[in-house]
Amino acid sequence: MTNTPSSSAMSGTLATPAAGGFSRLFGLRKSPTRPPEDTAAKRVQFNSPLLPYLFLAPQMAIIFIFFYWPSVQAIHSSFYLEDPFGFGSTFVGFANYTDVLKSGEYLSIARFTAVFTALVTFFSLAIGLLLAVTADGVIKGNATYKTLLIWVYAIAPPVAGLMGMMMFDQHIGPLVKFAAFFGWDIKVGLYYTDTALAMIVVSVWKQIPYNFIFFLSGLQGIPVSVREAALMDCRSGIRRFWTVTLPLLAPTAFFLLIINTTYALFDTFGVIDVMVKDKAANNPITLVYKVYMDGFRGNDLGGSSAQSVILMVIVFVLTIFQFRFIERRVHYS
Amino acid sequence: MAAINITNVSKIYAGGVEAVKSVSIDIADGEFIVLVGPSGCGKSTLLRMVAGLEAISKGTVEIGDRVINDVEPAERDIAMVFQNYALYPHMTVYNNLAYGLKNRGTPKAEIDARVAEAARMLEIEQYLTRKPRALSGGQRQRVAMGRAIVRKPAAFLFDEPLSNLDAKLRVTMRGEIKQLQKRLGTTSLYVTHDQLEAMTLADRLVVLNGGQIEQIGRPLDVYHKPASTFVASFIGSPAMNLLRATRDGTRLHFGSQVLETGRLTALPTELTVGFRAEDLRVARTSEQSLAMKVDYVEELGAQRLVHGSVDGKTLTAALSPEIELADTIALTIAPLRLHFFDTTTGKRLTQALDGLGGRREVASALETAVG
Repeated sequence: MTNTPSSSAMSGTLATPAAGGFSRLFGLRKSPTRPPEDTAAKRVQFNSPLLPYLFLAPQMAIIFIFFYWPSVQAIHSSFYLEDPFGFGSTFVGFANYTDVLKSGEYLSIARFTAVFTALVTFFSLAIGLLLAVTADGVIKGNATYKTLLIWVYAIAPPVAGLMGMMMFDQHIGPLVKFAAFFGWDIKVGLYYTDTALAMIVVSVWKQIPYNFIFFLSGLQGIPVSVREAALMDCRSGIRRFWTVTLPLLAPTAFFLLIINTTYALFDTFGVIDVMVKDKAANNPITLVYKVYMDGFRGNDLGGSSAQSVILMVIVFVLTIFQFRFIERRVHYS
Repeated sequence: MAAINITNVSKIYAGGVEAVKSVSIDIADGEFIVLVGPSGCGKSTLLRMVAGLEAISKGTVEIGDRVINDVEPAERDIAMVFQNYALYPHMTVYNNLAYGLKNRGTPKAEIDARVAEAARMLEIEQYLTRKPRALSGGQRQRVAMGRAIVRKPAAFLFDEPLSNLDAKLRVTMRGEIKQLQKRLGTTSLYVTHDQLEAMTLADRLVVLNGGQIEQIGRPLDVYHKPASTFVASFIGSPAMNLLRATRDGTRLHFGSQVLETGRLTALPTELTVGFRAEDLRVARTSEQSLAMKVDYVEELGAQRLVHGSVDGKTLTAALSPEIELADTIALTIAPLRLHFFDTTTGKRLTQALDGLGGRREVASALETAVG
């Protein structure tokens, strides 16, 4: 059995690629490089009315096969109780949903997912931005500096998870030894908070280079003369950052906010899997991992499908919220 | 308001390239100084050193009585207008103007008053709530000037502020900048590569070449007495004609052609002779003349520019459109209108006539009356 959430075997029941792709679609539609005014101005005329649809067909086919079809499958199977041995299924209405939502375990996992997502998104954005601002200010050897920071992005999530685990290893982990120096006995996979901490640290670490690249290119997209004008208008560097640099970075930051939320919700699967697999119970997991556990470990396809539909709704609502209330404050120049 | 003293300022980049070489300029309070030169001459670098956007490698810059070499740009009491306006795209016009004042802790009422005053002066009152992207180029330029004005700084710095505007608007804005500066009386340092802008705006202009000052002077002085062949060919349009000549007594030989000047004193035998296109006129049959072979003609309406060659050397003459042109025309020039330069150094050769500014004017008046 494969562990990655994007494998085709799981796409039938998991909302992972589906919902992730959905919000990415939203995110890219108004990416910082393409301001909304431009799209209206450049309208191409086609000779045949069918031609544009033909051009769209490959993309539509991919979206249909990998998003709509699995989504419909997931919604369908969420109303059925699957026989554990695959001999048949019974229609149970909303029973799968009510079971899930009444379960205390599910709600506590949902709470942890919310905290986890918020922390990972916040810290990966904040640290990525901090490093980008610093790198932008470096004049000597900045190419080397930037490359070193971007490197981390080339690491695959499970490898990052493994490396993270080694950092937190009971015997050889330098972070564990460092914590022990202060009398803190870290036991990842045993203590709930320690595992949570390790998961957050590794997930943040994995995502920083991605944010760094975007923030850096965003920073370099701010006209030099605008910064110089600010230099003459405002003596405080911190104030300049909040009043001029950050507002001009807002399109990039908004794009990254959506991408990072999706990352924390779904793409941290590999990291979590490496950390909690084959470990004692009572470890923190996120909703997407719970979907996987119930569906593929517990063979409860109906309940798992119901969970993935709920997750899909959550992401949908979250994305709508981000676009309605946060994007309003974003200035696209 | 304050005087600016630039003393022996140099800019040496990390690679050892010296972009500005020991430049000294004393700018009086309220004076409008234009730095002009071709691209790469160091004019922008010099301005940016005064602004604090580039470190000063050597020398000192004083604004008022304060050496500002190590003072933060925001503390130098200056305001700058950038070529591409550099407005804050996320702020309204009002906030663009108010930003600098807010950061200095100016009271709200005072900010309102100053912004309103600047907006009225620049006629941008109806745009105060708009964002820069909703403005035209000319309006953005006004906002950029407004941002400088509201601060009431000791000096304005302009970095090619009109380069991004179309030709017509450039002329209008040029006039407005001049008027505004006269009204406010703020010391100004203005950088441009456009010699016409330099001539029309400057109280004094500084011609820079290769990081060094070629000449400082009032526009007409620079025009009439260019200190070098570089200045002669840079200031004035069309560029001054420069021809190599050999002197034989009081006669100048341009290849096979000869011009009798009447009075030439203490000049080398090999020299470069310069004369303005508009100082050339068609010779009467009795007069001595240079024969110019006409290549092509540019019609400007009020005058026509005749391009041709004298003994193989190119030459431009600005003539009245009424004059009929043949393939070859005989041109002459008053000896007083000739400029002489050292052929090797390109420096102006002073001669007796140079000291006689007054007589020069009289001479030219007489000449036009007679001619």
